[in-house]
Order: sequence, then C-alpha cells, then structure tokens
Amino acid sequence: MTTMSDDTFENGQARTGKVRIDPASGVPTTGHEWDGIEELNTPLPRWWVWTFWITIIWGVGYTIVYPAWPTLSGGTQGLFAWSSRTQVASDVADLQTTRGPVLGKIAAAPLDKIESDPELLAAARMVGKVAFATNCASCHGAGGQGAKGYANLNDDDWLWGGKLADIKQTIEHGVRWDADKATRSSAMPAFGRDGILTPEQIAIVADHVRTYAETPDSDAPTPQGEKLYAENCASCHGVEGKGNPEMGAPALYDQVWLYGADKPTIVARIANGGGAVMPAWKGRLDDTTIKALAVYVHSLGGGQ
Amino acid sequence: MSSAETQSILLDDPIVEAPHKVYPKKVDGQFRRIKWGIQFATLAIYYFLPFVRWDRGLNAPSQAVLVDFPHRRFYFFFIEIWPQEVYYVTGLLILAALALFLMNAVAGRIWCGYMCPQTVWTDFYLTTERWIEGDARDRVTLDESPWTRDKIRKKVSKHFLWLLIAWWTGGAWVLYFTDAPTVVWKLATFRNGAFDTYLWIGILTFTTYVFAGVMREKLCLHACPWPRIQAALTDEYALNVTYRYDRGEPRMSLKQATAARAANLPSGDCVDCGQCVAVCPTGVDIRKGSQLGCIQCGLCIDACDAIMEKIHRPARLIGYDTEMNVKRRQCGESAIYKPFRVRTVLYVLLILGVAGFMSVTLATRDDMHVSVLHDRNPLAVRLKDGGVRNGYTLRFANKKAEARSFTIAVSGVAGAQLEIVGVTPGNKGKAVIEVGPDQTREARVLLSTHGAGGSKGQAPVTFTTTDAVSGEATQVTDVFIWP
Ligand code: SF4
Ligand code: SF4
Repeated sequence: MTTMSDDTFENGQARTGKVRIDPASGVPTTGHEWDGIEELNTPLPRWWVWTFWITIIWGVGYTIVYPAWPTLSGGTQGLFAWSSRTQVASDVADLQTTRGPVLGKIAAAPLDKIESDPELLAAARMVGKVAFATNCASCHGAGGQGAKGYANLNDDDWLWGGKLADIKQTIEHGVRWDADKATRSSAMPAFGRDGILTPEQIAIVADHVRTYAETPDSDAPTPQGEKLYAENCASCHGVEGKGNPEMGAPALYDQVWLYGADKPTIVARIANGGGAVMPAWKGRLDDTTIKALAVYVHSLGGGQ
Repeated sequence: MSSAETQSILLDDPIVEAPHKVYPKKVDGQFRRIKWGIQFATLAIYYFLPFVRWDRGLNAPSQAVLVDFPHRRFYFFFIEIWPQEVYYVTGLLILAALALFLMNAVAGRIWCGYMCPQTVWTDFYLTTERWIEGDARDRVTLDESPWTRDKIRKKVSKHFLWLLIAWWTGGAWVLYFTDAPTVVWKLATFRNGAFDTYLWIGILTFTTYVFAGVMREKLCLHACPWPRIQAALTDEYALNVTYRYDRGEPRMSLKQATAARAANLPSGDCVDCGQCVAVCPTGVDIRKGSQLGCIQCGLCIDACDAIMEKIHRPARLIGYDTEMNVKRRQCGESAIYKPFRVRTVLYVLLILGVAGFMSVTLATRDDMHVSVLHDRNPLAVRLKDGGVRNGYTLRFANKKAEARSFTIAVSGVAGAQLEIVGVTPGNKGKAVIEVGPDQTREARVLLSTHGAGGSKGQAPVTFTTTDAVSGEATQVTDVFIWP
C-alpha cells in the first residue's frame, strides 16, 4: 500500500491490480480486479460514439428547425413556422382533397338519388356515421337506439316524419329550438299545471290513452274518457290517437312510447306538457354533412 | 474431432477475438460457378419480376406480382388473395420454414451460402469492390496506404456504385407495391408526390448499403439467428463443408511431405497454403472443424481443389461431407450418405402435405364471399304494431372478373319481411344486389316481424344469396333477437 488515492477506489475498496495489456484480446485493463477477474478497458465502439455525437447535433438542429425555445414574447418559431395548429389545418385540407370527389357528388345529388346509388350510399353512410357519432350519439345513442325522451331512430315511428326530406329538415332546424325560426315547433299544454284538467280528469284521460296502445293491463274505454280525449287531445293526436307528424304529435295507438307507456308517466306527461328539444344543426354542420346524416339516419331503420 | 484437437483449438485462439476486417480473395471453380448462376438468377428475379405483366381484366391490376395494400389484395400470377384468405400467406411462411429445415437436414447451412439475400448482395458488393480496388492483396495495400488522389478516386467510385446498387434495390422493392411502370415513370420525371415511396426507397437503400457494404459477414456471425437454430436442427448425417483431416493431417510443406513419404512417415495432403482461409467470405478457418461462422458456400473447396490440382493430389481435401464419414474413414470404414432419414422424410411429407392442402383449398375456394354482421346497438327494435326489427350488414365480395347480381332470401323467422336499404324490390318482389367485378359491396338489411306477440329470446336466421345467372347459392347464418 502506498498512497490512498492510487490504491483505493472512491468506495474505499482496495485497488488490487495494475493496468496492463490483456494478452488474449490486446486490450488494456482498467486495473480493477475482483476475485481474479479483471475488467478490460474496451473503448466504446466507434459507431456508438458517432451515434452519440449525431444525436446531439440532431437535437440542436431540431430546436432550430422546430419551435422550441421560450422567449419573453412567446417562443422561437422555427424555420418553417411549423405548429400543431398549422399541421391540423393542412391535415384537414388533405382530407378534403381525398374525400372531395365523393363529397362533391353527395352535395350535388338529390337526396333520394343518393340512396339508390350504391357508391354514394356507402360514402354517405360512412360520412354520416362519423358525424352521427360526434354530434348525435350523445342523445340518440351510438346506434341511434334512443333512450327515454330521446327518439329511437331505428324503429318505424317518426314524430316529425321519416322521409329523407323530413329527417333532413329536423336535423337542420331542430325541434323546439327557438334560436332557429324554421324550427319544428309545437307545444303540448300543461293540462295539470295550468289547471285545464283536474287530477281526476287527467287520470281518466291517461287510462283512456292506454286503451289505444293496447297495453296488456289497460281497461276498456269509458264514455267519460272518450269525451275528455275528444275535447282536449284529439285536435293534435287525432281521433283514434293516430298522431300528426305535421306538429310532431306522437301516435298514441302504437307500441312505441317515447317516455314510457306506464300510467304514472302518461299522467305526468299530460299534467306537465311540453316536449323534447333538439338543437338545429344548420350552420354548425355543413350542408353535405347534414345530407349524409339524413341518409345515414334514414338507412338505420329504413325510414318511411 | 478428438478432445485433444478441441483443446488445441481453444488454446490457439483467444476466446474473445478482436474484430478484424476480412478481405476475401477471388476464387474460381465449380462451386463459385454455381454461386454465380444462383446469384444471377435471384438478382434478376428480384429486379425484374415487378415488370412482368399479367392480364386480369377489369378492376384488377395487370402486374404479375403485386401487394396492393390500398385495396387489400395480393396478386401472384393467377392467384389473387383477399384479406380473409391471408392464411395462404401463413401457409407460404410455413412452407418456407419447412424447406429451410429440409435444406439444413440435407446439406447444413447451404441456404446461407447460396441463396440468402445477405449473401447474394454481399457477393454483389464484393464483386463491385474487386472490380474497382482489385483483389484481396491490393485492397489491403490500398486500405493501409495514405490518402492519395488515386485512393480517393477509388473509394469514392466504390461507394458511389454501392449506393447506386442500394438505391436500385430499394427502388425495386417499392415496385412490388404499386404499378411498376407508373412509379418508374413518375420517379424518372420527378412527378412522384408520395412521400412514402421516397421513405421506403431511402430505408431500403440505407439497409442494403449498410448490410451488404459495411456489415457483411458480421451480420451472419452476430445478428442472424439462423446459425443458432440450425445448430440445433442439424445432425451427423447432414452434409457440411468439411476439411477431411483424416487426409490432410499432419500438414506440412510439399517438400517435407515428399521427404516424409520417402521415409515412410505419416504425411498429410494439406500444404498449409492458407488459400481456404484467404477466400473465405466470413474469415473462417475450416480446418478447425465445422463451426458457426461457416456459411457453406464451398468457396474454400474451390480454392483447395486448385491447390490439389497443382500439387497433383486428388481433389476434395475439403468437400461437402459429414463429420461422421471422416471418422469412419479414419477407422478404415467406408463413407456412408443417408439422404433418406426420419427427419428428411418427415420434412418432405410435411412440405407435400401443406403444399397439397394449400393447392386444394386454392383450387376449390369460392369466388364469392358473403358475411353478415348483426347490429349491436340496438340489438332489436320494437315496431309500432308490436313487431320486431333487427338490422344486419351483409358484405358481398365478388372475386370474379365480371359483375354479378344476387338475390337474397331469408329463412328461420316465420313471416319476417326483408328490406334492403336503397334497393327497391324488382319483379317477383325480389331485391337484387349488384356487385361489380372484383369488388365488395355492403348492403344494409332490415328484417322485421309484424304484429304483437310472437317469440321471445332469439332464433337462428339464415340468409341465402343466389347468383342470378349461375344459380350458385351461398348461405350465412346469424340470429334474430326479440327485445
Ligand atoms: S469455410 Fe469455406 S464454405 Fe465456410 S464460409 Fe468459408 S469459404 Fe465458405
Ligand atoms: S487450401 Fe487446402 S492445402 Fe491450402 S491450407 Fe487450405 S486445406 Fe490446406
């Protein structure tokens, strides 16, 4: 043992060997030795060192070419003024060019022609499906299956008409969407809240309505119920509960119930009136997308 | 090999060998000529195959071999593979693996020496290098000499040619994925707008240049998994490039050998000229026995045969032989060759089996495919009159080169009505779906029952599609669900 600095490592372990050339490989040793095993001082492979330097150069270059360094007024812009925002804009533009031809055809074709052309139908359903998932699915469900208060788009019952043109108009202008002048609008009076009918009368009307629907637990119609229905409801919902798509008055004789067919639900609907609201999409979605959406929705359950 | 010899090999060599550059020498002979032939053929196939045309009629490309990713098709001459038949590709891979096993059982790492792309391109690069820089000795001298104008000229032209080959290699690869003449024309007139074309050419150029120019035998020795696998698959009957040490040892110079023979002392045929090592592309000394680094190219056989001819000794001191035969000869027994062994026969049977199965399924497969998908959201819809409606998507794939039309019939749900979105039923109330040549078409099909009551749960439902002309019928089944 001579001096500490030469013969010990930082951790205090004794340095046991001397730096020498390993005869087998021709590489010098580091002088580290553990139980007779010596450590070779093999230099880093040249390709590795080169890669190391190249990554550093690349890294510096990268911060010059792309926006990277913060400054007091914002940050460096890079050489090409690239930003994720311009990237998105150009991606969208690219998408428009690839989809352009078929979108153009959809825009130009009359609504009913789109469905009879297999190519246009496939394209419209594709575009419509995406638009539906983004804009409509939150209320009408992923497959348009609806929910309580939200119309099922797969069945054959259409509040405001199920023809292509009807569907398109509903999408464009919404339902009871006051901001749109052309919106689908009608109001069911709040027969109970506004004191038009007494609670007893409402119960009778509810029972009567349930006779139309032929729900299993409904009673036979009564003259009293018939009279009350004719006076208060028939003007909108039709004499036999056939409904009226002109004013979005649902048919009452069928098996499809937007809010439910049980008595408490019907009583509540009669007492409180009103109706569901759907936003108008014109202006928020472009015309071609609305057209595609109309075709998609129409194709879900075959429309009317 | 005796354990004493094994010992001497271990003692001779450092366990960790410092990497050194291999300068393989030029050689002529039987195996070199075979290698030239195979190299020429494989390169020609690779570079020119994309330009072979094959007429397939409307809607299908007329390139004989094409991987059409955008349209999800694979074309190989008369075979056209659709995505749902991708198992044919799996079958091909299995066949390739079995063929490799068979080759290995018969003649060791022979694939490596003659047909592996790494070998073929390395050889191509070596030939170019030799053409510019001369044979092994010249190349060593050149590398050791200081940088002169001449050296720079040689090095630059070599790397330029290498890059050119690499670039053309990458380019040819791209041609397998798009219409070859079009892409060549677009590239030549700088009208190619597709970035991925350049990207792929770039990647392939880079890898070819690095693998064939820079890494060469290092890839075979350190990166390729095959030698490790084949070491486990080979046996003592497989032919391998073998130094017949029973004949070669003890090695000595020609003069000493003549003297020894005169004095009736043991003498071998090997004159220790080192030619077998000098020509070896992987820098192996085959006289140390069969080893991982040897790619079975047979060039050392050619080199040694030339020496044997010069010194008037019988050829094939090095040859394709088995380790066992060397031992048998040492004991005075005759050499035996057994190409038919359990393992080779099994491989051949497996290959025939898989190939036969694939050919049969390929020959008898439908040129029509129908699949059905039930709506999940909602599974079933209640209709006004109490009936139930289920929605399905039927997908037709017409693999024929002409348009076909199909009628759809449904069975399994009594009284159910069929409606196809966008298709109005023609005469006899049957809806007809037309599918263009070599195209697919989706049809949205609604199946409705009417009237209250009826079943509960679910029932199997079968769609039968019938070709309007040939009457050929295809059936697919799904379920009809009641809410
Ligand atoms: S030892 Fe002979 S057969 Fe093996 S790679 Fe070298 S030259 Fe080729
Ligand atoms: S080429 Fe033949 S003779 Fe020359 S060293 Fe190799 S085995 Fe011996």
